Parts: sequence; C-alpha cells; structure tokens
Amino acid sequence: MAVVTLTIDDKPVSARAGDSVLAAAREAGIRIPTLCHLDGVSEAAACRLCLVQVEGRGRLQAACVTETAEGMIVRTQTDTLREYRRMILELLFTEGNHVCAVCVANGNCELQSLAAELGMDHVRYPYLNPARPVDVTHKQYAIDHNRCILCTRCVRTCDEIEGAHTWDVAGRGTLSHIVADMGQPWGESVTCTSCGKCVQACPTGALFRQGSTVAEMTKDREKLGDLVTARRDKKWTV
Amino acid sequence: MDRVKLATVWLGGCSGCHMSFLDMDEWLIDLAPRIDLVYSPLADVKEYPDGVDVALVEGAVANEENRHMAKVIRRRSKVVVSFGDCAVSGNVTAMRNPLGKSLEVLRTSYLLESAGTNPRLPDDREIVPVLLDKVLPLHAVIPVDHHLPGCPPPAARIRAIVEDLLAARTPIRTADQIRFG
Amino acid sequence: MNHDELERIAGAERTAAKPAEIRCCTSSGCRASGSADVLKQLKAAVQAKGLSDRVAAVGVGCPGLCSAGPVVSTHPGGAVFGKVTSGHADGIVSTLSGGSTDAVRIDPNQPFFAKQFRIVRATVGQIDPERIESYIAADGYAGLYQALQQRPDEIVANVTASGLRGRGGAGYPTGLKWATVAKMPPGQKYVICNGDEGDPGAFMDRSVMEDAPHQVLEGMAIAAYAVGANQGYVYVRAEYPLAIERLQAAIHQATKAGVLGGNIFQTPFEFKVEIRIGAGAFVCGEETALIASVQGLRGTPRPRPPYPAESGLWDRPTLINNVETFATIPAILRNGANWFAGIGTATSKGTKIFSLTGKVKNAGLVEVPMGTTLREVVEQLGGGTADGRAVKAVQTGGPSGGCIPADLLDTPIDYESLGRIGSIMGSGGMIVMDDTDRMPEVARFFMEFCADESCGKCVPCRVGTVQLHGLLTKLVEKRATRHDLDLLIELCHFVKDTSLCGLGQSAPNPVLSTLRYFAGEYEALLQPEEFARPPRRSAIPLTVL
Ligand SMILES: Cc1cc2nc3c(=O)[nH]c(=O)nc-3n(C[C@H](O)[C@H](O)[C@H](O)COP(=O)(O)O)c2cc1C
Ligand code: SF4
Ligand code: SF4
Ligand code: SF4
Ligand code: FES
Repeated sequence: MAVVTLTIDDKPVSARAGDSVLAAAREAGIRIPTLCHLDGVSEAAACRLCLVQVEGRGRLQAACVTETAEGMIVRTQTDTLREYRRMILELLFTEGNHVCAVCVANGNCELQSLAAELGMDHVRYPYLNPARPVDVTHKQYAIDHNRCILCTRCVRTCDEIEGAHTWDVAGRGTLSHIVADMGQPWGESVTCTSCGKCVQACPTGALFRQGSTVAEMTKDREKLGDLVTARRDKKWTV
Repeated sequence: MDRVKLATVWLGGCSGCHMSFLDMDEWLIDLAPRIDLVYSPLADVKEYPDGVDVALVEGAVANEENRHMAKVIRRRSKVVVSFGDCAVSGNVTAMRNPLGKSLEVLRTSYLLESAGTNPRLPDDREIVPVLLDKVLPLHAVIPVDHHLPGCPPPAARIRAIVEDLLAARTPIRTADQIRFG
Repeated sequence: MNHDELERIAGAERTAAKPAEIRCCTSSGCRASGSADVLKQLKAAVQAKGLSDRVAAVGVGCPGLCSAGPVVSTHPGGAVFGKVTSGHADGIVSTLSGGSTDAVRIDPNQPFFAKQFRIVRATVGQIDPERIESYIAADGYAGLYQALQQRPDEIVANVTASGLRGRGGAGYPTGLKWATVAKMPPGQKYVICNGDEGDPGAFMDRSVMEDAPHQVLEGMAIAAYAVGANQGYVYVRAEYPLAIERLQAAIHQATKAGVLGGNIFQTPFEFKVEIRIGAGAFVCGEETALIASVQGLRGTPRPRPPYPAESGLWDRPTLINNVETFATIPAILRNGANWFAGIGTATSKGTKIFSLTGKVKNAGLVEVPMGTTLREVVEQLGGGTADGRAVKAVQTGGPSGGCIPADLLDTPIDYESLGRIGSIMGSGGMIVMDDTDRMPEVARFFMEFCADESCGKCVPCRVGTVQLHGLLTKLVEKRATRHDLDLLIELCHFVKDTSLCGLGQSAPNPVLSTLRYFAGEYEALLQPEEFARPPRRSAIPLTVL
C-alpha cells in the first residue's frame, strides 16, 4: 500500500494514500475537533469544525474529506481556526434549544463537551428559540428536535449500517429537520427496525431511549465503527 | 490590603448558583476576611452600592426589574461575572421563549396548561414586574467581563474564579471551568 | 439528416418566407403583458386585409426590451413598436403599405439595440423559436455538422483556443473543463445543461432556452461529441414553463430531424437529451446539488473534489455547463476560435448577456462584448435611470455579488476587473440603484434571500446567514451599536471562509461590498453604546477589502 508523508502542526506524519487528513492526524495523536464525522459511515462535511489550513490552498479544507498528499503542510490550530470553531458552536447553540441542565444527554453530549474544550463559554448572537416538536411515538426511542444539530449522523447510520433509510432531512435552511420515512411520526414508520443505531450515533440529546431522564442517556458510539470494521473484515464468531 | 467589595445578585434564576456558592463550605471562612459582601441575597442590603469590585450575577434577564438591576450593576461595578447557566445563556429561565412573547407565555401558563378553577392572567403591574417578551442572557443587556457556566457551577469552579478575581488575575478558562449544564 | 438536407431545409425555409414579416415577441416577458393576443390580432388583421400571400405575422423570441413589451417589429424596414395592444394590430399592419399607427414607436437605432453585439442572441427576435426549420435557415445545426467532421480532441482544442469561460458564474475555462471530461476513460459520460437560474431578477438563461432552444441543444450535442457522452440532461426550474415547453418541442423536432438521437448526421454519434424539472431551489443551480437532484436525491451540495468532470451524475464523468455557455458553442464552431477570441478582452472573450433591472430606463436583456464598461451598459444601453435621478450603484452577480459605486462605472466588464472591485461577473444579473436606495437595506434583502435559500446542510451558511440577517435588521432598524457592526463583519468573514458551497461562501459579498464603498451609510445607523466595552480581542480582522 502506498504511503504519503505530510506535516501536520509541524509534526511529520505518514499516512496511507487515500487517507483523509483527519484520519492521518488522529493516527498521529493530533486532535481535530469533529461533529458530523462518525467512524463507520460516509462523510457529510457539514459541521465544518474540522476545517484546517493547507498550505497552498486558498480555502480552508474540511479535514474529514481532504485526502492526504505527499508533502502536504497542514495547520490545525491557528488563532483564526480556533475562533471559527467557537463560532460554529455558538451558531449551533443559537439555532436549537439547548438547555444542558435538563437534557437527557447532559454529561454525555459531544456538543456540550466541544463547547468546553474549545473555550466557548458564552454565545454572542441572539438565541433563535425556535418552536420545535418532540416525537415520542416510537415504543423505545424518541427524538427531541430542540437538541438536533442536523449533523445527519443518524441519517447516514440508518442508511449505511442498518440499511433501512428511515431517516432523512426535510425542509431548507434553518427550517431543515430530520424526518422519519415520508414525514410521519417515528412510531408509524414502516421502515424503522427499532435497532437503535441512530440513537447511538447521535452526538447530542436529540435521539434518546425513552424513559431516560436528565443526564441518563449515555451512548456507545464506538460500537458503530466497530460493527462496520467487523463486517468489512468478516470478524463474525458464529 | 483593602478588602474586595463583592456583590452577588439574584436575577431570573432558581438561587441554585447561590446554594453552590455556599457549598464552598470552609473556604468561605478563608474568604470572609478578604471581602466585604456589600450586596447579596445572603445579606440584607436594600440598595446596590457604588464602587463594587466584583459582582457575581445569577439568573437571566426575564423582566423589567431584572433589566433595570442589570444596568445598575454594570454602572456601579468594576467586574461583572455571569454566574451560572441562566445568566450565561438564559438556560431554564429562557425555556419559555419558544412559546412566544410574554402575553402568549402567560396565556399558555395561566389559561391553557394549568388553568385551575379560576383562570386569570396576573395583572398586578404594580406588584409583579412586567415580563420581557424574551428572556435574555445577561450579556445581551450589559457588557459582561467573565462567564461562569454551569447549572449550577460547582463550588470548586466558583472558588477558582473568585480566587483569580480577588488576586486581580485573568481567570483561567480550561475546559473543566466552563462546561454548560 | 446530412449536409444537403440541412441546406435543402434552409433553402425551402428562405423561399417560403414572405416578402414582409410582422414579428411579435411571444416570450415570457411580453406574454405576461398580453402578446399572445396581439399576435392573434396581427394574424387576423393580415388576413382581413387580404395580405396573407405577402405578409406573415409570426411569433419570435424576446428582442430584449422587456420594459416596453409587448414588442412588435415590421420587416423590411425594421420599425419597432412597444407596449402594443391588440387594438394596435390593424394600424401596425397598415404601416407596411404606407399607413399609420398610434402604437408607440421605438427607435431601432437607439443605443439599447445599436450597442449590442449578439452572438448568443443573434437569431433571437428574428426566428421562430418553435420551428427547427426557422433555426436551420439561420445556420442552425451547421456548427454540429462541422463539429462531426473533426476529431473530438480538435473541438476541445478549438473551444480552449476560443478562450470561452463558463457563463454560470465562476468563469471556469470551458475548454479545460471539456478536456477533463474528454480525458476520463471511455465509458458512460453525461452532459448536463444548467438552466436552474435562481438569481433574483435574472432571466438571461430563461430567454435563451425560450428563444433559442435549438441553439442550446446544438451546443450540448457538440459538447457531447467532444467529451464522448451519449446522454444529456437539461435542468430547468418548474417556474419556466415556456422554456420547458419549447425545449421539449425542440428535442422532439431535433430527434425527428436526426440531429439528436441516434446516427446523428448519419454518423455513429448518438446523443439523447432529456429535460429534468427542478423545484426552483437556488442551491440546485450549484452543480453537485443539481446532480443530486437529477438523481432524485435531496438537492444539497457535496464537497468537491471529486469534481463532476471526474465523478458526477451516477458517479460517471459529467460535463456541466451553463445555458449561455452551451448556446455560445455553435457560433464558435461555425466562425472559428480566432473569431471568438478576437472579441472581448485579454482574459474574457466573447459576449455576455445581462438582465438589466432596477432603476434603469430600459430594463431588459442586453448582450455586449466583454470589456464594455458598466457605464456604457447603464447609461447608454440602459438609458440611465427612469426618472433622471443619479445612479448610485450597480449590483452585479446577485446574492453572490457586490455593489459597485457610481464612481467605478468606468470599470470594464470582465471577470478579473469585476473581481478586483469586490463584485463578480456572476451569471448576468445587473441591478441599477439610484440615490434613494439604502445600501444596508440592499444587503439585508440579499441576505434574506440567502438565508431562505440555504440548503441547510452546513452550519455556517444555515445559521450564519440567519444571524447575519438578524444583525442587518437590527442595523437597519437603528438598534445596532458598533459592537454589532463588529459582529457583523466578523461573521461575514466566517461564513465566507467556512461554508461548504458557493452559496454560503459568497452570501456575505453584498454586505462586504456595500461596507467597502458605503461604510458611511452603516455608520450613520449606529446607536451609541450604553456602556463602555472592553477592547475587542479576535484573530478575525474587521477589514472588508
Ligand atoms: C448557489 C449556486 C447557484 C448556482 N446557480 C447556477 C445557475 O443557476 N446556473 C448555472 O449555470 N450555474 C449556477 N451555478 C454554478 C454551477 O455550480 C456551475 O459552476 C456552472 O453551472 C458551470 O457551468 P459554466 O462553467 O458553464 O459556468 C451556481 C453555483 C452556486 C454555488
Ligand atoms: S444536546 Fe448537548 S448541548 Fe444540547 S442541551 Fe443537551 S447536553 Fe446541552
Ligand atoms: S438527530 Fe442527532 S444524529 Fe440525527 S441529525 Fe440530529 S443531532 Fe444529528
Ligand atoms: S453553503 Fe449553504 S447552500 Fe451550500 S452546502 Fe452549506 S448550507 Fe447548503
Ligand atoms: S467533521 Fe469534517 S465537516 Fe464535520
């Protein structure tokens, strides 16, 4: 397998040809924040948190979809990038209704953790406070649109890992929202297999197991990636 | 050394942040000789005084009185800290915002959801401060110097920022110091 | 179809032409002001006067002066009448035999017409867009015939040498794009014509599809031959029913005539075209979103690379060009790359159509050579403002473009010059503003458009445009302070630098360009801060250049 060498934050890094900058950085122990990336499913490049600077390229590049190349020089931690990442979080917090204190995911939420990690301690823009519904029609799970950040991890997980494609995105702009099947209540979805993979995939408190109260919704996101790897490598013990 | 003039204020919040403040337990005894608690729900002072060095403000700005108070605090204090999630983001206090403007919120709360036997909108304007149409975080009303998230911020976090401010240091904002929730 | 037959059809068409013709615009603009009825009355008047053997009343494409529609012209002579009603029909017909009419006469030699240089719209207003014979008589499909006499790589080289750049907005060299698709290994490839045209106020592409549908198809067929594709799609928004109708008819006629479909001009070359109707989302004009939409998926952009040229429709190499780009191709084939490269400026060749709107006297479509100055377009072709007020600015590029102040009107229209002054060529929207227009409000209008049209996929555009719109509203309503203005500028840079596709990346342009040239208008709206603020600390600059 061909190997390329590149420099990330002044550190020489080697990567398999075809690997993303994100994968190469991770392997080298360099942390690039992400939200829409989920091991095991395709990339959306939608959250823009993983933007990095690549020497010689005019635009910032999303590390999750940028292929490594020989001699590439990457910076993941410039002042501007740090500022921009905080702004992404600020915007996400203004868009939905995030009340961590009373959220099922409190303490287990990637958005909440990223805000702390990236130093986003207050939001400078007005909160939009949209009126968004909660769908509790499913027997085991529920979706609280107030906490949804539209990362589409659930959509891709359901489509690519479970093969059900129950979830999709409807609407446009900030009216975009996740829908089950053709927009019916989740409990009436004919495609949902109740596997719960989307719940595990969700970075926030938007998808949760019914009956979870504040801070109870822990998630095991690695499982999904492991499942995909196991399938690929046929690691089944029958 | 002059004692630092400390004020703590309770706007639209549940007083949980103040409870957490009291959770600093024995450190409060170390703190006491270094400060003058010039204004606080924990002390019986009617008027917010001039020349406050550090103000810890709990709660969101939810009504006219909160807004007025916020401005008084800003004018009379050197350093203003948004103390807890409600002050920082609106938090639980702001959960009414998606319901609509103040009148719709009152209608929903007093006439529709929990009407009781004698449904009536509160109308004692003289007694109950007028609600703002939208609950705001403190920094949407006045410039705020530091933000101390947490619902409530754990005592250790409060202690860390108060220690920094007493020593006139810029507070250190590591990830464990600024977590929401 | 072969060359002789092409000649024969053209000949027959010319012979059948009557000595005199009354041409009535039947495109969308004039249709909306009642031209269908006018044409009916003109035909009736010709018949009633017993002139049917010598005079033909025909429907033609849009002559461009939409603000004066319905527009009718008489030939020979070339007299032009505006704001024609069916009541004028008799009078207009009588002018051919020395009679008179009280219909408004439009000077056909006025700069609006005289200063245009028409390549794309050369036949528009002359021929009947609904009949392939009419197009063939105007040299139609001769370019395709000539193309088929050459090797595909010769055509690509020709298009490269012509210097043509994409008219869809970005100005990417067309030859280079064709070369990329052509170089992909043989196999299924596609050609897509982008007729989504979502810029508010722009209707260049609609008019080309309505008035020269065969020219678009011919350009696509030449492209397909050059890159090795056998299937094409024209993506048109549903709001353009007449364009869809005429393209559909044109595809049908061209297939029947053997210039589309199989064995084109009796060669092995095969090229089928289908129409795909879009629901009218602005973002579906972005090429990767458009491709998703053609595939029946949600129309959202995806990151590039891979570019459609390598992996596009159904993951196959796909050439996607704009309507006007394709419609330019036949003339390049007929007249040669050198001819085309001789028109325009060093880096921008040929002509560009603009839809001139806003506070301008002659609103409508104009086609001018690259290098024409904005002043010539606005003041000479456009005739200045309708009520004589001072022109304050010209907006080009729509929601992705910028406002150019009056003192820069001598800037020549080419990709680089417009870019240098903070705007873009864009797809051809040109909005003239006078001294009553308030720039922060203009910026807010475009931001509202972007927030509405954001597909919602990426955070900076989805939420950033909404917050930008909020800040602009606060400003316009005189509730904003310096702090808000700083937030606005900072957020502009952020949305520009971090958005996934061109919509978000260019959404702040109208704000930045108006801040650059009309900062005073923003400043004048600011309210004093109630409290002193600590100095701003941010890595993001507050410059707007
Ligand atoms: C938001 C957005 C909207 C666009 N809309 C159009 C459009 O309506 N028509 C068009 O031809 N190109 C549009 N484009 C540009 C296309 O992505 C693409 O570059 C173009 O069709 C290529 O054709 P050209 O090389 O002939 O210009 C749009 C781009 C963006 C980012
Ligand atoms: S989803 Fe995360 S960020 Fe949102 S309220 Fe819940 S814990 Fe907080
Ligand atoms: S429900 Fe969860 S996983 Fe799905 S888009 Fe929303 S935040 Fe992402
Ligand atoms: S920039 Fe806007 S339109 Fe483009 S992908 Fe992002 S949200 Fe969609
Ligand atoms: S992780 Fe790369 S854009 Fe979200």
